[in-house]
Amino acid sequence: MSDREEIFSKVKESLVEALSVDDDEVTTGASLTRDLGAESIDFLDIVFRLEKSFGIKIPRGDLFPENLLTNPEFVQDGKFTAAGLGELKRRMPFADLSKFEQNPAVGAFGDIFTVGMIVGYIESRVRTN
Amino acid sequence: MRWFWIDRVTRLERGKRARAVKNVTLAEEHLHDHFPGYPIMPQSLMIEGMAQTGGILAGSVVDFKENIILAKVSRATFYRQVYPGDQMVFEAELVESRSEGHRTETRITVDGELVAESSMMFVNLNSGAGQGVFVFTEALMQLLRECPGFEANGSTSGGQDG
Repeated sequence: MSDREEIFSKVKESLVEALSVDDDEVTTGASLTRDLGAESIDFLDIVFRLEKSFGIKIPRGDLFPENLLTNPEFVQDGKFTAAGLGELKRRMPFADLSKFEQNPAVGAFGDIFTVGMIVGYIESRVRTN
Repeated sequence: MRWFWIDRVTRLERGKRARAVKNVTLAEEHLHDHFPGYPIMPQSLMIEGMAQTGGILAGSVVDFKENIILAKVSRATFYRQVYPGDQMVFEAELVESRSEGHRTETRITVDGELVAESSMMFVNLNSGAGQGVFVFTEALMQLLRECPGFEANGSTSGGQDG
């Protein structure tokens, strides 16, 4: 099993437990909120489980950034500004933002948070450790 | 009626574990409706007792100065029924804790026999925005002051089993 497969498998296990979803629902492209039904408290639940599973500390806001949507410099008229997109890229180098950039509406923000994004985050953390 | 589903906190080790008891009595109105002729303690209220025990434990981390509320019951399993005359012992352990929230694992026993287990999550609500402290009210703090070893400043040092 490659490193990525192993990480995916452990991430999947955490998500199945935290969100009470079936194994086969947890695909790389699945959105945590839209496809897997995650609510705000579930994000902390997921962080707790990932920390335990991978033996790492995940600082607040590191995996799921906070205070972006309420900042008028980053979000105007329901869309991310260029500065907002820049901030997203800076804070989430592990996320695939290519699709979101085409139409960076606040309503689509949740779609960035996919299973694959978590796998990417863990990969970046495991590499630097 | 006050919304207390534990009678007494009998042990509190700050940020580690808490123990509370509840005596189930036929004087409780709800038992006569649940069910007529067959009074058993509702599991939903046992959940509330576990949440109160766990919430106090989580509150001890911040010396009861922030509002801490139940956010998620990740798992709850019940093994047997609880009847009038039973004393439920709640034992909660803080298994995860950080500034945003906490996770507790709690079990209920009656006469040493396992009745229920749960895993719960709590979040800290900022006490700003004029909300004040509405969770750890004077009535609740009074309950805590009756716990052996509880110190008035909230820096609990652990108590005796009782």
